[in-house]
Amino acid sequence: MTTNHNDMFADAARDVLADQCTPHVVRAIEAGGRTAGATAALWAQLEATGLADALLSEADGGAGLGLGQVFGVLEQCGAHALPLPLGETMVARALLAQAGVARPAGCIALARGERLADGGLRCALVRSGQVAAAVLVQAGTAWRLLGTGDAQATPQALALDAALAWTAAQVQAAPAVAVDGALDVRTLQAAVVAPPMAGALSSVFQRSLQYANERQQFGRPIGKFQAIQHQLAVMSEHVFAARMAAQLGCSGAGVVPERLRVATAKARCSEAALVVAELAHAIHGAIGFTEEYDLQLFTRRLHAWRQTAGSEAYWYGVAGEALLQHPGMTLDTVRRITDVDAVL
Amino acid sequence: MSTLDSLTLTLTRIPAQDEALRAEVRAFLAEATRDMPAHIRARSWSGYSTAFSRQLAAKGWIGITLPQEYGGGGGRSAFARYVLVEEFLNFGAPVGSHWIADRQSAPLILKFGTEAQKQFYIPRVCRGEAFFCIGMSEPNAGSDLASVKTRAVANDQGFVLNGQKIWTTNAHHCQYMIALVRTSGTTEDRHKGLSQVIVDLSLPGVTVRPIEDLSGDSHFCEVFFDNVQLGADALIGAEGQGWAQVTAELAFERSGPERLYSSIVLFDQWLDYVRTPQGRTESARQLAGKVLTQLAPLRAMSVSVQENLTQGASPIVEAALVKELGTTLEQMIPAAIAEDLFARDAEDVPVELLLTLKYVTEASPSFSLRGGTRDILRGMIARGLGLR
Repeated sequence: MTTNHNDMFADAARDVLADQCTPHVVRAIEAGGRTAGATAALWAQLEATGLADALLSEADGGAGLGLGQVFGVLEQCGAHALPLPLGETMVARALLAQAGVARPAGCIALARGERLADGGLRCALVRSGQVAAAVLVQAGTAWRLLGTGDAQATPQALALDAALAWTAAQVQAAPAVAVDGALDVRTLQAAVVAPPMAGALSSVFQRSLQYANERQQFGRPIGKFQAIQHQLAVMSEHVFAARMAAQLGCSGAGVVPERLRVATAKARCSEAALVVAELAHAIHGAIGFTEEYDLQLFTRRLHAWRQTAGSEAYWYGVAGEALLQHPGMTLDTVRRITDVDAVL
Repeated sequence: MSTLDSLTLTLTRIPAQDEALRAEVRAFLAEATRDMPAHIRARSWSGYSTAFSRQLAAKGWIGITLPQEYGGGGGRSAFARYVLVEEFLNFGAPVGSHWIADRQSAPLILKFGTEAQKQFYIPRVCRGEAFFCIGMSEPNAGSDLASVKTRAVANDQGFVLNGQKIWTTNAHHCQYMIALVRTSGTTEDRHKGLSQVIVDLSLPGVTVRPIEDLSGDSHFCEVFFDNVQLGADALIGAEGQGWAQVTAELAFERSGPERLYSSIVLFDQWLDYVRTPQGRTESARQLAGKVLTQLAPLRAMSVSVQENLTQGASPIVEAALVKELGTTLEQMIPAAIAEDLFARDAEDVPVELLLTLKYVTEASPSFSLRGGTRDILRGMIARGLGLR
């Protein structure tokens, strides 16, 4: 995909991920979760880059970047099907630092939770709950940082996810995190999930393009057939539009995303995920459907991310409400989304 | 192997000095279109009003990017024009009369024309007095422009023109056509030997015949040339360079706001209904969001292509991407609104909304035909990807 050669943070992410987040490692982490050696090793490599602290102020030991400046980093996470929540950790650490809460080692997941009658806390679905060391949980207006090691965990539908529950005593012991009341965890998570989706979409597209140029049928590469060319053209349209949307959702100089832009980003990337995954598998034929072929690492991840932090239906509702609340032309709302100041 | 790596679409913001135009334009349009029913406004760049064009010309809003010495707006940036056009389309202003002259013909003359051509045509365009149409398509040569047969043969006075054009937008309302014609060779030579000539449509031997479309409008025309004598000064640009000139022209045509907003008057009209207590439903809210979340990234892409054009790049593939996605959205809107409205029991949907829906529904097949069909554009994208 388009490479911004001025983006040294994205370059750093690409370098470490290309070396360390190989298909073999992705499979090992998916199979082994938190206890897999590959999980700790990959996270240590990422930690060494300093990227996880990039959104912290320089005073807190970070790089003082805003969301708009780490888009390229998050995109690279998707381009390598990273099975660890780097984006979530980046925003969680920034919020913890702002709230003056000590930051735990390891990666941090984001989740919504509910307080139980007995004082405990339960998250029905924690994305990356099987690999994260901690979870920043929003329950109502209260945010808490909870460790995953001693939580009661129940497997979820997707390999990396878990339902997690903590006792009243564990919740009492966990630090409360003061977060701006206007922020909700779903918006925060969707903002950092859309860019990896854009990266994965691009990767799936490039793989399909390469395959179409290599795979011979009826005496010539299948990419020479007009039907395949048109499928790839349609894929490229979605890849481009989703990437633009993800950039909009992840724009700004601070850590807090703008909800309507996030709605645009997540809805558009989720739409694209469906179309692009379907076309990629159609082009690849049966080989793309196998476990051993790497395409599935990306298409399964795209479906998982589509199901994370609100599907298109959820964000259509948010975006539609914004339109209905603003009397006058749609153009005004469109401009509210697209008129973004560059921060790079 | 070429990939998307060579394509760049980065977030770009319209410069503040160009945005500053918007308020004045909007105030003018709010007043000027106040009494126009939505189903008329929905025609916008297909609409035709000489009087309205003259009003815009008086404001200096035709030819805003063209140099002052030719009566233009002093060479303001393409983004100034982008703001104007975006507002025109969203209000559904009837800008069809001067549309092509402003968008394509005058810039083409400025780029390739002689000094005399510039001095003659461009001020007339900017005053809203000279309207142009574009003679590209011919019978049996729709998207296959290289197969044009209309021929201009040099003689001692200039050229003699014979042949026929079709699907020429607004020819019956225009004074001039810029026609792509064959000046040498045969159709076997494909792109070689094609040139662009300016044809005064009042000349003897020119016959313009409107074609009524399925919604009862007549935007398209057939134009016949029977031994039309053109002067030597009819040739625009270099003889035999017509294909290259036309290709450059099309990038501007394919990425602009007109590829996003053909259904926007209908959409806004429908939203007004959905905002009422009887109009509001959950599925309508969902549809509103679906359109918004597709439209906003597209607008960002369109602005980005504009930036590339402004920088002097030729983002042909990027423009094709925008047009393909844009027309798909433009066609989805009337279909989805019909689905929404006629899933209801309500008998109280405003007739004006239904009239607008009828028009846009009937007009929508043209969205993915004009300026290059969907399949041609996909082929262009595939070429850009290195597949052909």
